[in-house]
Amino acid sequence: MKPVAMPLASDADDRALVLATQGGLPLTPQPYHAIAAELGLAPVEVMQRLRSMLARGMIRRIGVVPNHYSIGYTANGMSVWDIDDDAADAVGELIGTLPAVTHCYRRPRQLPLWRYNLFAMVHGRCREEAVDQVAAIAALIESEFPASYRAHEILFSTRILKKTGLRIAG
Amino acid sequence: MTEAHTPAALDATERAIINALQGDFPICDRPYAQAAATLGLSEEELLERLGDLLLRGVLTRFGPMFQIERMGGAFCLAALAVPEARFNAIAAQVNAFPQVAHNYRREHALNMWFVLATESADAIADTARAIEMASGLPVFLFPKEREYFVEMKLRA
Repeated sequence: MKPVAMPLASDADDRALVLATQGGLPLTPQPYHAIAAELGLAPVEVMQRLRSMLARGMIRRIGVVPNHYSIGYTANGMSVWDIDDDAADAVGELIGTLPAVTHCYRRPRQLPLWRYNLFAMVHGRCREEAVDQVAAIAALIESEFPASYRAHEILFSTRILKKTGLRIAG
Repeated sequence: MTEAHTPAALDATERAIINALQGDFPICDRPYAQAAATLGLSEEELLERLGDLLLRGVLTRFGPMFQIERMGGAFCLAALAVPEARFNAIAAQVNAFPQVAHNYRREHALNMWFVLATESADAIADTARAIEMASGLPVFLFPKEREYFVEMKLRA
């Protein structure tokens, strides 16, 4: 499929920076200098642009992304919740504060196949730990929003099929 | 690419690197030297360790995490209900799309869950249609309506 040719970044040099770094930073003592040389920019400009993209939220963070399984989290569960629409945001805010939860989103239901509207990722060193984390979330929702909770499930991942992250076309 | 599904044998230095560098990697002339200093390592040792962790698949990436939505693009969670006999073939078809950033097998009737990342919001629907054409299966889209929390950091 032909990638859609839309301006991605705010300007061409930002876009070039995304392309040059989306696969990772060079493992050389001066990685920003290496990128600058590749793009024909001054190293100071590359660093300024990256700082600016961080400040504007275009870059969430710069760092390592571990494979969850490799670092011991073999039970990665997507907990999904059917919560009354009126209370969904309040419940989402509450779940999002729990240390066990790494992501929390509201998403549309797909009835009749899919009744859940809140998604919260949990990570355990074994299934029991993840199940306990989800049970604690359920107990919290039921105590704080007793009339709004209807059902939940945990979908454990059993295989990583792909984990490359964002790749825009050059 | 085959991803690891079992815990790796990690030494204390490797755990320290993973725990310290999930964000805030410095932007300066010698960022590895600066990061290494806070870990009590030499620049050379940190570079070697990072290269090794990437090679072993303990790290899937090292670099900037882009928020494509702040650049006019879109992310969207999507799912398929794939017949068991066709699972591997469909996984290969789905993974072949560069717009598919992550893909996981999960235990549910909807057994394949993937994230689409595209350069425009319209391209999500176009990509979903293209995956439906390739696979012959309906793609269920779960666009984010609200984000309450994202802090993808785990202690090694």
